[in-house]
Amino acid sequence: MNKLILSAAALALMAGAATAETVRLGTEGAYPPYNYIDDDGEVAGFERVLGDELCKRAELTCEWVTNDWDSIIPNLLSGNYDTIIAGMSITDERKEKVDFSQNYTPPSASAYAALSEGVDLEGGVIAAQASTIQSAHVVETGATLLEFPNFEDTIAAVTSGEADAVLADKDTLVPVVAEGEMMFVGDDVPLGGGIGMAFRKSDPELRGKFDAAIQSMKDDGSLNALIKEWLEDSPTF
Amino acid sequence: MLLADRCPIFSYCADPDTLEGLTWLSCYMTTGKHLAFYTSFGTVLLLLAITAPLALSFGFFAAMGSRAHLPPVRWLANLYMAVVRGVPDIAFFLFFVIALDQGFEWMRHQVLCPDWDQPIRQGNDFIVCQAAKLPQNSAPELVHQIYGFGLAVLTFAIVFGAFAGNVLAGAFKAVPHGQIETAEAYGMTHRQAFWRIMVPQMWTYALPGLSNLWMVLIKATPLLFLLGVEDVVYWAKELGGTKTARFTDYPHGDWRMWYFAGLLIFYLLFTKLSEVVLSRITRRLSHGQATAAGEALRKAGAGA
Repeated sequence: MNKLILSAAALALMAGAATAETVRLGTEGAYPPYNYIDDDGEVAGFERVLGDELCKRAELTCEWVTNDWDSIIPNLLSGNYDTIIAGMSITDERKEKVDFSQNYTPPSASAYAALSEGVDLEGGVIAAQASTIQSAHVVETGATLLEFPNFEDTIAAVTSGEADAVLADKDTLVPVVAEGEMMFVGDDVPLGGGIGMAFRKSDPELRGKFDAAIQSMKDDGSLNALIKEWLEDSPTF
Repeated sequence: MLLADRCPIFSYCADPDTLEGLTWLSCYMTTGKHLAFYTSFGTVLLLLAITAPLALSFGFFAAMGSRAHLPPVRWLANLYMAVVRGVPDIAFFLFFVIALDQGFEWMRHQVLCPDWDQPIRQGNDFIVCQAAKLPQNSAPELVHQIYGFGLAVLTFAIVFGAFAGNVLAGAFKAVPHGQIETAEAYGMTHRQAFWRIMVPQMWTYALPGLSNLWMVLIKATPLLFLLGVEDVVYWAKELGGTKTARFTDYPHGDWRMWYFAGLLIFYLLFTKLSEVVLSRITRRLSHGQATAAGEALRKAGAGA
């Protein structure tokens, strides 16, 4: 009997070893439509669907983890998760700390949204999420930058009158503007080199796997279909 | 929309668009996300229940250490109290916890992967072999949560232990010296005098300081989110944020004020409860003490 239990345990162990390795995907969960928490408390959005499909193609078991935007890169480096898939634009500054996969969205526009027309976008107060390409851009334009830790707070700042306008990825602003209270102002601003997944520099193997999976989704057009479904205004590949 | 199949608690919640008023509210308040919110109250209470006694024992050892005859023990205890009290909580939570986690992994790495030939630090990255990872990458999310929670408990205990240590050290000094002299005159050893005379009397002086610490600890729990544990404040922010109809069955505007009002009530009630309990303990500890409160109790007892 004991032997039976032992061999069963050994079998179970071997079966465990045979399954694919587990990869932990880190995301913010507060940036719809890219990533957000749905009514069931699960990570959802464009990147959830994309990430699950990439894991399937790369034959990896994936687990979703949420983390504050502020500490999302440090926690990747210290190994709390293995990759960031959180609407993170590929920039030179970030490349100094992490390696990116190829982009899974083409470079797309950022846009200003405000409560009324005629906002002074270069001399006024502009809200943006901290440590984003948008906050860096606001500083360059000479406007007064008001930084917030998440997207939601930047919108709240505009509706409360604390800021004159918000600069964010256009895709995230589209659903907000559709609600009716806010409108797009000024011209779209092309920023960043598209969105990619971020990896530890010491982890080229995993990056290669996801790179190949993204390429295969680009090749068979499924990535474009996904972009069209979730990010209506975004260009496709 | 690509939302997963849900199994609502009330069967009428299957089609939220048709709901109104109270039925809508009852469905809204029982979404999976709200259940996670309610669970997080339990997480916070559990954290307090484990952290408080642990921090108190850290503090007790520190206070005892600061009175030790052996100079190195005294220095160590005083150093612990001085350094930890001097470092801001948030810095402690950001750096110390990462260091603690990496320390554990480094030790496991030394034991489990002796043949590893690559450096552990490569630029910004901290790399140990898969087997040394804590918790294992393949472990279910719950294990990661529990590990984060454990780190949080330890960190809270170290931080609040330093403050408690200082309070207790002060309380030891507040016990009238005559008490110890009398004890020794009765032939008690140093140890006996400490445990039988000093410690029981010390609590009544320590309690006001300790109750302050408890109140601060209650409100420090949002630091949990820094460790990846989702606490009440995280969920209140997440649930209260504007929800557009595209991403939820229950769209609403910015309701964060209401969720935070709810948290306010929770914290106020909890504070009130703590006060009631603490005042009972104070009363009990004051019995027969040579303090004003003890004297008042004695007179009240004599009058009755």
